[in-house]
Amino acid sequence: MRKVSRWFQRNLIRIYVVIAFTYLLIPIAYTIAFSFNNGGRSNLVWKGFTFNNWLSPCGVDNKVCTALSNSIQVGLLATFFSTILGTMIAFAIGRHKFRGRSSTNLLIFLPMATPEIVLGASIASLFLQSNVNFGFWPVVISHVMFCISFVVVTVKARIASLDPRLEQAAMDLYANEFQTFRRVTFPLVAPGIAAAALLAFSLSFDDFIITNFNSGSDFDTFPTFVWTAAQKGIPPQANVIGSAMFVIALGTVILAQIVGRKRAVK
Amino acid sequence: MSKSGISSPRTPYLLLLPGLIFLFTFFILPIINLAQSSTQTKIDGGDVNDYEQTFAFNNYATAFLDNKEQFGRSFLFAALATVLALAIAYPLAYALAFKVGKMKNILLVLVVAPFFTSFLLRTVAWKQILGENGFIVPILRKLELISPATTLTSTSFAVVAGLTYNFLPFMTLPLYASIDRIDPRTLEASGDLYANGFTTFRKVTLPLSMPGVVAGTLLTFIPAAGDYVNAQLLGGINDKMIGNVIASRQLVLTDYPTASALSFTLMAAILVLVIIYIRKAGTEELV
Repeated sequence: MRKVSRWFQRNLIRIYVVIAFTYLLIPIAYTIAFSFNNGGRSNLVWKGFTFNNWLSPCGVDNKVCTALSNSIQVGLLATFFSTILGTMIAFAIGRHKFRGRSSTNLLIFLPMATPEIVLGASIASLFLQSNVNFGFWPVVISHVMFCISFVVVTVKARIASLDPRLEQAAMDLYANEFQTFRRVTFPLVAPGIAAAALLAFSLSFDDFIITNFNSGSDFDTFPTFVWTAAQKGIPPQANVIGSAMFVIALGTVILAQIVGRKRAVK
Repeated sequence: MSKSGISSPRTPYLLLLPGLIFLFTFFILPIINLAQSSTQTKIDGGDVNDYEQTFAFNNYATAFLDNKEQFGRSFLFAALATVLALAIAYPLAYALAFKVGKMKNILLVLVVAPFFTSFLLRTVAWKQILGENGFIVPILRKLELISPATTLTSTSFAVVAGLTYNFLPFMTLPLYASIDRIDPRTLEASGDLYANGFTTFRKVTLPLSMPGVVAGTLLTFIPAAGDYVNAQLLGGINDKMIGNVIASRQLVLTDYPTASALSFTLMAAILVLVIIYIRKAGTEELV
């Protein structure tokens, strides 16, 4: 008995970490398991193992795949625009002193401190009052809006961590300002921009609340599709897509870490 | 601040211009629109969506009084979820920073792993796990921890649990970032000066990790207070939060004035709370 309690004490932290990660990962395990469920239309109870859902990931009516393709298109456009606009702002704030710098910082902070439902409702009321029909472009615009701040914060952090002497050295070696930017500053900031773009894509791809307010009734992204389907039973194909997303994202991140470590060793 | 960038005094403004025009048009202007719409009233005999500006400020009083329960519940649930998430995430972040050694990188990936699949699918999964056909209810019933009639879904418990779960990574990451920055030698020094584990935590670790605590609690509380997904999927009719009301007013009933007045009130309330909180947490950090 004493031995058991001593083992417990020594491994308390390890046990805690295992429990915490079980809690974090259990719904994901559930989602993946039910992508193999032979459940038909309502995927609520386990009815046996099948590969059929994975073999027909679009289902009979193709709605899941339309929603997925919409999400990807919205995500790519929102990422493209928010990364460009946000990076420019980040350079302005991180590299220059100018009047209005602190109010710009406040303007960047505010969208992040506002609950999504307020952002969604307010931009929807703009579209309503200007008689713009909800759908693809309103969703893209609303996503660019809330992604910009996250891009600015991410890129700004990278710029702040740069050693200014590197740029001074380039100038000392007779590089002009443009050359310095292109050959020194930009390559050093690029990983931050890439991280910001990834963040923007994942925020846009998984956004539900703002999308729900601006998508209208005929346009579905993957999250709004799941939301509507949840009322009457989610088809297992949604789990297939969720699981595939998980595997692809996890694989990409692990691969990136391995590549990063190899580079660091070299 | 180095001035080694492109040095024309106009450059920062040119860099800012497109982004700020965008944010002005699609963030500031909509908030003004929201304010306008919040004081409108229905046109007599008009179409379903016809509203006119009447500066009806009593919209706010009506909207608030009709929904004060949901307001209270939003802030209560969000506060509970924030405290629970902090209690779960702090030891986890501490372990990640100091105790897991080489496993650190892979475990950090696992902390953000929930983001790799859809937020809605995860919440639906919780609905199934906690539901009648899940594996938790039968076990608890067998152990006679809950009565046969007790359910776990459609309860406030499920909503708070769902909120806690969904925002846990937002709590863990900033906590980890600030705990990881603590020099372990400061903890050793505290021990050398005869502080016990608890005193070291209270006097050294916690104050040094305060930036992470502040960031993590804000990143959990703000989205949790405005959320309606967890209350809709995991709660019952008596667990509705203010987000549910705003969503149904705006999207189902097209009662834009009420939805706008509620949104505006929610935003103002959260902003005030955040400012008070940052001030308070900031001074505690200095003491």
